[in-house]
Amino acid sequence: MEKNMRHMMNPLDFSVEELEALFDVANDIEKNSAAYSHKCDGKILATCFYEPSTRTRLSFETAMLRLGGQTLGFADAGSSSAAKGESVADTIRVISCFADICAMRHPKEGAPMVAASKSLIPVINAGDGGHQHPTQTLTDLLTIRSLHGKLSDFTIGLCGDLKFGRTVHSLINALTRYSGIHFIFISPNELRVPDYITEMLDSKGITYEEVIKLEDVMPRLDFLYMTRVQKERFFNEEDYIRLKDFYILDKEKMAHAKEKMYILHPLPRVNEISVEIDNDPRAAYFRQVQYGLYVRMALILTLLNMTDAHMNEGLLREF
Amino acid sequence: MLNIGKIEEGFVLDHIQAGKSMQIYRHLGLDKLDSTVAIIKNAKSKVMGKKDILKIECDIDSLDLDVLAFIDHNITVNVIRNGEIIEKRALVLPKEITGVIKCHNPRCISSIEQELPHIFYLSDEKKEIYRCKYCDEKYSETSLNVH
Repeated sequence: MEKNMRHMMNPLDFSVEELEALFDVANDIEKNSAAYSHKCDGKILATCFYEPSTRTRLSFETAMLRLGGQTLGFADAGSSSAAKGESVADTIRVISCFADICAMRHPKEGAPMVAASKSLIPVINAGDGGHQHPTQTLTDLLTIRSLHGKLSDFTIGLCGDLKFGRTVHSLINALTRYSGIHFIFISPNELRVPDYITEMLDSKGITYEEVIKLEDVMPRLDFLYMTRVQKERFFNEEDYIRLKDFYILDKEKMAHAKEKMYILHPLPRVNEISVEIDNDPRAAYFRQVQYGLYVRMALILTLLNMTDAHMNEGLLREF
Repeated sequence: MLNIGKIEEGFVLDHIQAGKSMQIYRHLGLDKLDSTVAIIKNAKSKVMGKKDILKIECDIDSLDLDVLAFIDHNITVNVIRNGEIIEKRALVLPKEITGVIKCHNPRCISSIEQELPHIFYLSDEKKEIYRCKYCDEKYSETSLNVH
């Protein structure tokens, strides 16, 4: 085990400065991808997915392949030793013997943290139940920084399911470390942002508004983060049906938005963003997926302590 | 009037909320001590009306008092040596507590991996909020009394 081995459990595990360095690497990868294509030659990423998540798993695997490394792993608990009753701690001890770094998704909250505490290799939390999904938050931050030029001084509207939306809570938490950010929470009453979030914002003196109608606030937004109303979060089908199409972002609503207001979405999208605006230059949700790949590549390099050489090469080429 | 003999070395835990002494007795593991322990319930108190008191004859370095602060930091801890009070120890909320309370979040990894210790950390000192180290679930009263 390396002395200074680090894991990624929560975006707040990294300081603002460390995140800036990570995003610098990600942006350098974006500009100079060829310089990174053999960086992880001979390295192996294990993707241990105890529940299916095609998008996240493919993003991690693509990240390692684009760095020249290889991948192994499993895509659901049924095809792992967990089906035989093996503990997460034992699984990671075994995986540590095979791979250099591990991305773990688990339906139980805290499972990647347990793995990290026993692991001989860096562990990345690729989502643990409704708890954390740090690489989605890093993706969102990198996207905002790349489109806006900085992670401060903007108004962001978060729209849809703000009650159960894990990505929304995590993004709000991460953004509270930057200055000049105003939050506008747009949701039906039933899906309002939890009290502990607004209490946290109050305690930090961060400004926010809560509204129901999206149209009313559109002209003021620099970013609009749309979310899907997730069927699996509802006990009552009637409530889900009533709320699922509460917000549909279409051309008519976009007509009220600023010329440079970007739309983000963690995807998958259902009806909340009409396909008619996919070609609008402000629709940034597919670019966000691309940034997700860059940030995962940068994270793998950072956790394997392999960033400096290539960053220097990349930065030198710019001059 | 009930008379309980003096102790030579140990603790007198005073101002325990009436009815909580047995909880503390269990959490401090006093049932495993092979020494004198006096539990006084519902004693008269000018300040509290009623209170519980625990007198424990033991080595003063042998007890982990962190759990006391977690249960009730208003308890007065009198440290006794040679039959005299030598110190009144202030209780400070512990940053982390292990094996005292249990996480009841069914989505927490500790709900399926039985060998994992139940660890809570102090997330808000002002509001005295503890959260599960694994899933960040907030501790609620119903979580107490696992052991």
